[in-house]
Amino acid sequence: MTPFEYLRAGDPGEAVAAVAGRPGAAFLGGGTNLVDHMKLGVAGPDLLVDVSRLPLDRVEETAGGLRVGAAVRNSDLAAHPLVRERYPVLARALLSGASGQLRNVATTAGNLLQRTRCPYFQDVTTPCNKRVPGSGCSAIGGYTRYHAILGASEHCVATHPSDMAVAMAALDAVVVVLGPGGERRLPIGELYRLPGDAPQRDTVLEHGDLITAVELPHLPAARRSAYRKVRDRASFSFALVSVAAVLDLDGDAVRDVRLALGGVAHKPWRAARAEEALRGGPATEDAFRRAADAELAGARPLPGNEFKVAMTRGVVVAALRDLAEEGR
Amino acid sequence: MRVGFTVNGREETADDVWEGESLLYVLRERMGLPGSKNACEQGECGSCTVLLDGVPVCSCLVAAGQAEGRRVRTVEGLAEGDRQAPIQEAFVECGAVQCGFCTPGLLVQAHDLIERVPRPSDADIREALAGNLCRCTGYEKILAAVRLAANRRAENP
Ligand SMILES: Cc1cc2nc3c(=O)[nH]c(=O)nc-3n(C[C@H](O)[C@H](O)[C@H](O)COP(=O)(O)OP(=O)(O)OC[C@H]3O[C@@H](n4cnc5c(N)ncnc54)[C@H](O)[C@@H]3O)c2cc1C
Ligand code: SF4
Ligand code: FES
Ligand code: FES
Repeated sequence: MTPFEYLRAGDPGEAVAAVAGRPGAAFLGGGTNLVDHMKLGVAGPDLLVDVSRLPLDRVEETAGGLRVGAAVRNSDLAAHPLVRERYPVLARALLSGASGQLRNVATTAGNLLQRTRCPYFQDVTTPCNKRVPGSGCSAIGGYTRYHAILGASEHCVATHPSDMAVAMAALDAVVVVLGPGGERRLPIGELYRLPGDAPQRDTVLEHGDLITAVELPHLPAARRSAYRKVRDRASFSFALVSVAAVLDLDGDAVRDVRLALGGVAHKPWRAARAEEALRGGPATEDAFRRAADAELAGARPLPGNEFKVAMTRGVVVAALRDLAEEGR
Repeated sequence: MRVGFTVNGREETADDVWEGESLLYVLRERMGLPGSKNACEQGECGSCTVLLDGVPVCSCLVAAGQAEGRRVRTVEGLAEGDRQAPIQEAFVECGAVQCGFCTPGLLVQAHDLIERVPRPSDADIREALAGNLCRCTGYEKILAAVRLAANRRAENP
């Protein structure tokens, strides 16, 4: 591990200044991803600015929505009564991620910014454009079971591993960022990047940008929402494919629908084409299948993950069918 | 740096701690508490589980500085005086231990479950222990031990 200094920030402004003023500095949340990467040699910050004890650990009611502090633990967020009542999709997504021990430590911001689980990214002996820009992509032509089928590039085919972020993408969450130039609010759909020719950048955040909160908007339809995750074992495993779904019915017709996919792309994938195909139409299994196909028309599976196309279709249809049945 | 926190009810400090040491390392190598085990160092196996401010965490991924001023309880602190904790007795009675490497983490995690959930279902137990891997027992006897300890606790709260 590279030697580093450790600083516990007293307030958000101090944390931003400390990181912004030093190119090698990084924020530390719960550490369940960053500390792991420092041991593996994937990350080597020379200063860790601990933001996990900043007073950003509250879940507050806003006009119909919730404001979740960046330091709220994943386990506390999943257990929060208002989250369970208003956004069951988020509670379920959180509980499907990692283990109890890890959720007790992992923070909201750290979860959003956790890095890919691509095995080559974590193995410093192999080429990886995300870890060392320009070194090549070992996954292309290699092991691709957990890799992308949508929106990838010839430079990187990694997926974003967070379950929580998929639910937040379906809910149109807004990420509050404090940077050296002040505060700004970023819709979650604009936070993440596709790999393109710069896979080393997961998000649009700049060095020194601190996430202080995530705002969940007023969305009554989300009371009927679900998270469905397919994985290689029943618990404690990353998603092969997952879906976060919100379904609002008007009789047998779809009034509104929100769909986001996990495990299939470099970012939580909002399935806008599928949503468009469904809005105003019938809530039938056939319609769900056609909507999933509309989204998956752009899929470019790799040798080794072709199964994900049919799996994604199946998971989308099953999640929507269950929600439609609940609503009848 | 100097790191100080409460371990099993006692104030402890360690000097000359390197920033890169984990809480697990500090407990084992500096505070003489080798109960918590170091197996994967990646959050995958749970053998390093300790209670941090009352909730179970993987101490291998907690940087030493993060523990400053907090409360830690390790497997060494589960027993009350000479008497083993109910979960420890149940593990012995059910033969839930083979090589024993996973056992301290499982004890801490299972202890937390039966303190929080009065009558855990098998599904509750499996989910609660999902982050603890055992390479020897096949888990059946571990499940039996947790059921036994939970039942005893429900009968004599
Ligand atoms: C064995 C294992 C299994 C797992 N399984 C799953 C799973 O199934 N599903 C899933 O979703 N996740 C899973 N995870 C990942 C886990 O959810 C993440 O490690 C965790 O959410 C990261 O949160 P943290 O607070 O510990 O982040 P940290 O490790 O502290 O930080 C992660 C990144 O975020 C940055 N950061 C932290 N806070 C801020 C902030 N406020 N502003 C700006 N940047 C910040 C850090 O600099 C770092 O780059 C697993 C992890 C492990 C180890
Ligand atoms: S898929 Fe991305 S993260 Fe994985 S080896 Fe290729 S460049 Fe690296
Ligand atoms: S040693 Fe900490 S989880 Fe394996
Ligand atoms: S008893 Fe050997 S790993 Fe569990």
